[in-house]
Amino acid sequence: MSIDTDTARRVAKLARIKVEDDALPALAQEFGAILGFIEQLNEVDVDGVEPMTSVTPQRLKRREDVVTDGSQQAKVLANAPDAREGFFAVPKVVE
Amino acid sequence: MSDLNKLTISAARDAMRKGELTSVELTEACLDAVDQSSALNAFVHKTPEYAREQAKAADARRGSDVPSLNGIPLGIKDLFCTKGVPSQAASKILDGFKPEYESTVTSQLFDAGAVMLGKLNMDEFAMGSSNETSTYGNAVNPWRRGNDDSALTPGGSSGGSASAVSADLCLAATGTDTGGSIRQPAAFTGITGIKPTYGRVSRWGIVAFASSLDQAGPMTKDVRDAAIMLQAMSGHDPLDSTSAEIPVPDFEAALTGDIKGKVIGIPKEYRMDGMPEEIEKLWSDGTAMLKDAGAVIKDITLPHTKYALPAYYVIAPAEASSNLARYDGVRFGHRAKLAQGDGITEMYEKTRAEGFGPEVQRRVMVGTYVLSAGFYDAYYNRARKVRALIKRDFETVFADGVDAILTPATPSSAFALGENFDPIQMYMNDVFTVTVNLAGLPGVSVPAGVDKQGLPLGLQLIGKPWEEAELLNVAYSLERAAGFVAKPAAWW
Repeated sequence: MSIDTDTARRVAKLARIKVEDDALPALAQEFGAILGFIEQLNEVDVDGVEPMTSVTPQRLKRREDVVTDGSQQAKVLANAPDAREGFFAVPKVVE
Repeated sequence: MSDLNKLTISAARDAMRKGELTSVELTEACLDAVDQSSALNAFVHKTPEYAREQAKAADARRGSDVPSLNGIPLGIKDLFCTKGVPSQAASKILDGFKPEYESTVTSQLFDAGAVMLGKLNMDEFAMGSSNETSTYGNAVNPWRRGNDDSALTPGGSSGGSASAVSADLCLAATGTDTGGSIRQPAAFTGITGIKPTYGRVSRWGIVAFASSLDQAGPMTKDVRDAAIMLQAMSGHDPLDSTSAEIPVPDFEAALTGDIKGKVIGIPKEYRMDGMPEEIEKLWSDGTAMLKDAGAVIKDITLPHTKYALPAYYVIAPAEASSNLARYDGVRFGHRAKLAQGDGITEMYEKTRAEGFGPEVQRRVMVGTYVLSAGFYDAYYNRARKVRALIKRDFETVFADGVDAILTPATPSSAFALGENFDPIQMYMNDVFTVTVNLAGLPGVSVPAGVDKQGLPLGLQLIGKPWEEAELLNVAYSLERAAGFVAKPAAWW
């Protein structure tokens, strides 16, 4: 399967990874090789097979809908690259 | 006692119980070994003060209070969050990250009395088979080819763990395994590594790669140590919704070495074209050993084996692209320097371009592609259907009376660092191990011989779900028959 540079650009954008224009052709080629490898899956007869949702048959455990944690603002912010006045700080989002 | 760092967990435990050894002595011996091991680049964050404190506390425990790993010095893979200690999954994007919490596995190990010597090198976000994608640089295998001093890979992603245990820098280490990341490095370095059944060990506090495949496990000097350490790591954890509420048996007590009448399956699909003769021979020797020990050998078929790697390279990147979305430069780790006028999208894009290495970027983007509108069914859903068939293959042979399956652990011995495989050649390293993750089964790698160049080779045993005790007993029998005792000659 061949992937063009526009597709590579779109995927990089969706993944929120900056890729310079001159790196796109090589990236597209790499995607093409990996997708070519993946395409072997088309040989498998999967008619009537349900896609796996859980590798061990188990129901997700339920618990009471109550607060079990919280009030850890300082710890939550301790590793932030930019935290101010008790908040995570980011570049301006709204004009 | 000399060379204390070379002890196994069981030998050190027994000596400490008899009062012949203290944890402080043992820990100092390991700290010395760690300090002299910079050429291996296995330990990337050392925690000697922490270790000395834990060792003193261990020595103060007496009598019936002494837990199973009391005073045992361990290395911890960088993927585990350890409170107040750098935990960055060998990625630049987590530079400076010091968790405010402790992973369930490390908490349980510390509750069992273990001593942490430091954090171990690995592939970035556990994505790799050679430890060459790490932000810390390559970890190096203590083994070399004969008199050739070229640096070999310890395997990956748990390369630092494998190197450290093999070189006797610690008594044992934690690893994690998404497609073979415990078993392949264990095979490359002549040690034992077990990936337990999915759900046996809590994933809470372990940096996530592919959540439906990730499991932590021990990397140790022998099978008995794997049993002891897995016991301490296992058990239900309400903080991990996929953690199983199933009692944990006494794994060490299961090691009787008696495997009479056990049925061992030999899957024909694992006999691959172009497989090195030495691997072929190792496998048939291992089969003969189990037969001599009283096992019944049975040829079996796992018809969808060939499709395991392609299915894995859809599912794992898909899950990774979702899990790694959290690295956005907002809550922790690295944030790129922004130019005038850059908004939040530029911040995300620049941060992730700077913070993620090439292999991680590649997998995140492949994952994004296979999940994108128009391709989700063709790639992701198809891969999940193939995964169901791979699991069914195993269920069928187990239902037919097979107790465990014997295969090679890897398609080769350790290769040289810097060999520059293309990504798909590198992915082939996991050809024998990845099926086990897709099916959620336990798998153990046991060192079983050396190749012509003197490098260790491993065999893999695959067990039934939740039957780690039985699996470890078969591994114990194989270990005793193989009698692998070779150690790398110290050059570092």
